[in-house]
Amino acid sequence: MENKKVILELKDVKTYFRVPRGVLKAVNGVNLTMYEGETIGLVGESGCGKSTLGKTIMRLYRPDSGEVLYNGQDIWKYNKREKKEYSKNVQMIFQDPYACLDPLCVVSDIVAEGMKIHKMYKGEELEKRVLELLAMVGLNKTHASRFPHEFSGGQRQRIGIARALSLEPKLIVCDEPISALDVSIQAQVVNLLKNLQKEMGLSYLFITHDLSMVRQISDRIAVMYLGSLVEIADSEDIYVKNYHPYTKALLSAIPIADPAVERERQRILLQGDVPSPVNLPAGCNFCNRCPYATEQCRSVKPELREIEPGHMVACHRAEEMKGK
Amino acid sequence: MENNRLLEVKNLVVSFDTFQGVVQAVRGVTWHLNKKETIAIVGESGCGKTVSIQTVIGLNSKANGSVRNGEILLEGKNLLDLSVSEMRKLQGNQLSIIFQDPFTFLNPTMTVGEQIMEPFIQHYHVSKSEAREKAIEILKLISLPQPEENMKRYPHQLSGGMRQRIMVAMALICNPKVLFADEPTTALDVTIQAQIIELMNSLKEKVDTSIVLITHDMGVVANMADRIYVMYAGQIVEHGDSDTVFHNPKHPYTWGLLNSVPRLDKKVADDLYSIPGTPPDLIAPPKGCAFAARCKYAMNICKDCQPPQIHFDENDEVCLSLSGQAAENSHYASCWLNHPECIRRNGPVKREGNADGK
Repeated sequence: MENKKVILELKDVKTYFRVPRGVLKAVNGVNLTMYEGETIGLVGESGCGKSTLGKTIMRLYRPDSGEVLYNGQDIWKYNKREKKEYSKNVQMIFQDPYACLDPLCVVSDIVAEGMKIHKMYKGEELEKRVLELLAMVGLNKTHASRFPHEFSGGQRQRIGIARALSLEPKLIVCDEPISALDVSIQAQVVNLLKNLQKEMGLSYLFITHDLSMVRQISDRIAVMYLGSLVEIADSEDIYVKNYHPYTKALLSAIPIADPAVERERQRILLQGDVPSPVNLPAGCNFCNRCPYATEQCRSVKPELREIEPGHMVACHRAEEMKGK
Repeated sequence: MENNRLLEVKNLVVSFDTFQGVVQAVRGVTWHLNKKETIAIVGESGCGKTVSIQTVIGLNSKANGSVRNGEILLEGKNLLDLSVSEMRKLQGNQLSIIFQDPFTFLNPTMTVGEQIMEPFIQHYHVSKSEAREKAIEILKLISLPQPEENMKRYPHQLSGGMRQRIMVAMALICNPKVLFADEPTTALDVTIQAQIIELMNSLKEKVDTSIVLITHDMGVVANMADRIYVMYAGQIVEHGDSDTVFHNPKHPYTWGLLNSVPRLDKKVADDLYSIPGTPPDLIAPPKGCAFAARCKYAMNICKDCQPPQIHFDENDEVCLSLSGQAAENSHYASCWLNHPECIRRNGPVKREGNADGK
């Protein structure tokens, strides 16, 4: 990993929203480094700030403090030309394939729009390129002149992917690209994304709440809870040895498709829901749902630290958690 | 044996008229539910699983022309013959349903307490205070924190998991005989999903209710169901008890469904298995096996003739002589691969990675 080129670096990024009840700390100090050609799975429950973080990277939200560095440059210090360049290099695939496509445009217009704006292709070349892109995601010529409502969910997600690919991006933020799809279609989309990555050397930030599917595609996995990252590790690693009690609970909550295994399993059930990100607890964000919380956890916020090479965890009691 | 049978659906056919033609959503489905049992109907979206239970609960009736054939017997009484008002006495009382989306189902202008009490007042004509007592009792049963406080809240003040619990409470307040759960956890986070699964499993012991679970998530099924019906394109393609379907599936669609679920307890394969293509258009369903176009084991006969139900006995042998109840309870699959005259009878693949390490 060391000799790889850093493509994106987040330095203590904080994105807050002002709400009537106070300050909603959606992203609260996230540090993350992404390398070129790498897939990071960003995992967490709804409301943990993972989509806000994705949109902060997309330059849709301005962070209240901290820096987002793309190829070493702060994306908020860009001039107009650089901004446009950035919007070409970093693309997003959205969660809801029903809402993210303009119902009044046919597919070829949807896919071509970005290329027109960036003046990449013209006339016949543009048409040819659109068909190439559609072929890449497994759609054909006859689909190009149809409207979004004529497609199934999986096909629509493919259109969204073709649109993101049209600008030849370096980094794609995938915001829950598969959670609205059926299981068998999910597998198709994940395989498609993996193959495209091999062909084009893309980097993905793969945002999801599904820890089992994300394993298929990620090199590293970052677990997020209430605006902070609580554990980062290699994707194979984190399923075998994990230290943060939240990661443990999250993994144990995933049902395994085998009744014999399920009967043997001991489940860690978390009590309650994710607390509100307005007025966070003073100590560890997870302390009031954590079965192992101590006095220290309630008063001092644990920092993300390296417990093993390449394995970061934010927990005071991480060492003790090893065998649990 | 016979009096153990709670609900029986026989050869149900449901179609809808649309501008494009007649959508044959459910094409001859037969299943049954015994007392104190949880069954699961599994399939992709659009396979007719939701339509079939909506029909059972009386949301698609003969009156609007959608039910074309079949019988639905609740303890021997055909629900399709009942009038609307007779049916209404059963809805929410003996038959109740938990819908998929807790965000749209609840009425935003009523407190959740009123909504929980409503079916009880309707069906049992009790006073509000009695209903409130019963509601609190139910909320305690499903371990919702601070029931008295939460009953005064409006749906938007509750989280997704709590709303889903409110729906469970509404469904349970009249002690239903059958509880239908239509994708009860799909809209929820995994940790909340685990809570709801735990809750529904505990209900089986606490109240005398049978559950019909509808889902596409094989993980949820493994956790809850006693028996499984696999549905594809409006038909049941495989049935068996949960261990059999998971460990010894006989239909290629079931193989595909099981293999496309990534498993945490298994190493990552290079490419995730996926079923190619999409389900068929039910306006013009294929003449032969509906799955043939997506099936890599399809033979010529699959494209021309509907496969029969082929039953298996306990020793996994094909059993052609079964009929009646024995047939309904046995493991069966509708696939030509299992036919005794098919040379590839034992199936070219077994499911990889069984629990016992096979």
